Amino acid sequence: MSKPQIIIGMATCGLAAGGKAVYNKAIEEAGRLGIDVEVRKTGCVGMCHREPLMDIIIPGRTRVSYSDLKAEHVPAILESHLKNGEVYKDRLLGQFKPSSPDIQPYPDTQYYDELDYNRKQHKIVLKNCGFIDPTKIDEYIARGGYEGAKKAITTLTPEQIIDEVKKSGLRGRGGAGFPTGMKWQFCKNSPGNEKYIICNADEGDPGAFMDRSVLEGDPHAVIEGMLIGGFAIGATHGYIYCRAEYPLAVEHLNIAIEQAIERGFLGKDIFGSGFDLEIIVKEGAGAFVCGEETALMNSIEGKRGMPNPRPPFPAQKGVWGKPSNINNVETWANVPQIITNGGAWYASFGTEKSKGTKVFALTGKINRTGLVEVPNGIPLKEIIYDIGGGIIGGKKLKAVQTGGPSGGCIPSSFMDTMVDYESLAALGSIVGSGGMVVMDEDTCMVDMARYFQAFCQDESCGKCTPCRVGTKRLLEILERIVAGNGREGDIELLLDLGSQVKITSLCGLGQTAPNPVITTIKYFRDEYEAHIKDKTCPACACSALIHFEVTPDLCTKCGICVKNCPVNCISGGTGGKKGEKIAFIGDEACIRCGVCFEKCPFDAIFKYSGGVKKTS
Amino acid sequence: MSVQELDLSRVDEIISQTTNKKGALIPVLQKVQKIYGYVPEESIEQIANGLQVYPADVYGVLTFYSQFKLKPRGEYIVRVCCGTACHVKGSARIAEDLVNKLKVAVGETTEDRKFTLETVACVGACALAPVVIINEDVHAKMSADEARRMIDGIQKGKS
Repeated sequence: MSKPQIIIGMATCGLAAGGKAVYNKAIEEAGRLGIDVEVRKTGCVGMCHREPLMDIIIPGRTRVSYSDLKAEHVPAILESHLKNGEVYKDRLLGQFKPSSPDIQPYPDTQYYDELDYNRKQHKIVLKNCGFIDPTKIDEYIARGGYEGAKKAITTLTPEQIIDEVKKSGLRGRGGAGFPTGMKWQFCKNSPGNEKYIICNADEGDPGAFMDRSVLEGDPHAVIEGMLIGGFAIGATHGYIYCRAEYPLAVEHLNIAIEQAIERGFLGKDIFGSGFDLEIIVKEGAGAFVCGEETALMNSIEGKRGMPNPRPPFPAQKGVWGKPSNINNVETWANVPQIITNGGAWYASFGTEKSKGTKVFALTGKINRTGLVEVPNGIPLKEIIYDIGGGIIGGKKLKAVQTGGPSGGCIPSSFMDTMVDYESLAALGSIVGSGGMVVMDEDTCMVDMARYFQAFCQDESCGKCTPCRVGTKRLLEILERIVAGNGREGDIELLLDLGSQVKITSLCGLGQTAPNPVITTIKYFRDEYEAHIKDKTCPACACSALIHFEVTPDLCTKCGICVKNCPVNCISGGTGGKKGEKIAFIGDEACIRCGVCFEKCPFDAIFKYSGGVKKTS
Repeated sequence: MSVQELDLSRVDEIISQTTNKKGALIPVLQKVQKIYGYVPEESIEQIANGLQVYPADVYGVLTFYSQFKLKPRGEYIVRVCCGTACHVKGSARIAEDLVNKLKVAVGETTEDRKFTLETVACVGACALAPVVIINEDVHAKMSADEARRMIDGIQKGKS
């Protein structure tokens, strides 16, 4: 590296936070300062809560990361760091560990790896995300890329590769946790000259974005994983089925495939071995059920994405009726390093049954949101408190939702639980694809169940009756409960119907759709009972069950609530003079939108439901 | 609105560029939608003939996937993300507010064809929830007020 570099995180989250403006400003400012720099783009480093991020490297010095940027911060940082060689303390995030002894660190600057958010993480899948420019294959190769594929194809037999993957203990990261090596073995043993490998990049779980990050930030890792798997299985064709909502991921994948073809990593006679493989990106069209493997295969064939009964399993009869092996993005991205470093190395992380690391998308009412990659088996509380920094505003944690619409809510009393496939399943939830949504005391668990049920009902493909009708009936019951019309016996009805839907549905969507309802009843039955019997919402969240009132002593008659009320149901409260009437909210006309509650600068408006009272 | 004859010649172009017709239906429909902003009903038979499938297959696919729209959409497509993280952080309020502001239901387009209001299951920007997407731009950490201001900005700036 001969000249300084400025590197800006420009994955979807970086862009959403304003990365583009920072990027443009950096180019402009570097020009103005007359410094010859290379301004580069990179993917998501996982610290979404600190975006936009900008890193600077001066040759011979460590890489330094700045965070929470706006374009206006860029000039001062560049002036100080690039021109004067001094770290600019305001907006400083940390410096990276020197990669060799000749790299000189900056004094009094915290190491990035030692930040609370990063200390307990161990990055395998996310190793390159946020470090390389995903549109440049050379940067991937420089960090050891395609070495695993070369080793596998030129020195190992397909059996040895599958053995190595079995030894690693890698299990499907899409949610089901099926042992990957075994899955490959089935497909390899299946007779046929034409076989398919597929990457499931239809990350539909709302609240999860691990796969998006990998696809945007390190697409070659997925392609290399497929190359290794394809060789082991004897595949001739590959598909990456990516959801349409991820345009940047599709773009980066297509660039990566083109570059891999140019270098001879894809196409004919790869590494001179006589092995041929082509990979095509197929864009999804917005159907959650297509994350189910047989539905996905129907969608690849251009049909409605509806699941098929199994058997036959995809390994026997998959896409176009040929043996097919399907793994998700994160699973594929683990493979190159398993081959490079050996299965035993990978198996040294995690627990006895859940090996390696898992990436989670940490979101919701938590201070530090973003992507975290941790060894399997880490206690949930370490993710929430040590990495995530606890709950926003110091509020009380109520539950952690894992596994999205197929998963469940884990209450705060189970925070010692180890995060691995078995432990979460024992609580009635799942690891799933890795969504982890944190909920505080203001989240109503009945509403949460209703939310997930609405999602599943909307996404049910309609092929089988238990899912099509069952999710609809479950939703109707939940809707009447949150509306204050719950009936005696509704809880039992939900449990009974939920278990029927689970047992009798055709595919994973229906078989897991009742999970959020069942787990919330299991752990938060009192909230259901309050809604049904007392017609109250203990979280003060369900609009049909709450009321707003003014605390007379706190009202200053400023008139802000009156001005903002969309239905003019607040009287008095204007003038700001003594003798004027304080504000009064007419409960009959009030639509419970909560605008007055949010806008009141004096916290004079409170909401209540039954005996629970909340101020903003 | 003046009633214009829809020029569907580009649909033929797309079909003729599709050399491998196996499994091509969804990509073809995506290309058609990219050009026209929606998939015109008039083009269904043309696509079916071109790809040697039944019009019912085309219609079946169109109505199955939420990405495909059968009605013209507005100049600005406002999508409120309703993923779990966005929901927990109040996206329902934002959507409700925009329904009132734009005076259209979710999934519909304003009379002047300026705005289409939609919801989306998740765009994967969960760490910055709640998000609103206007055309291709993802706007982070939104509030109902901020969303309304953005609509005002568009209305003032470009109407």
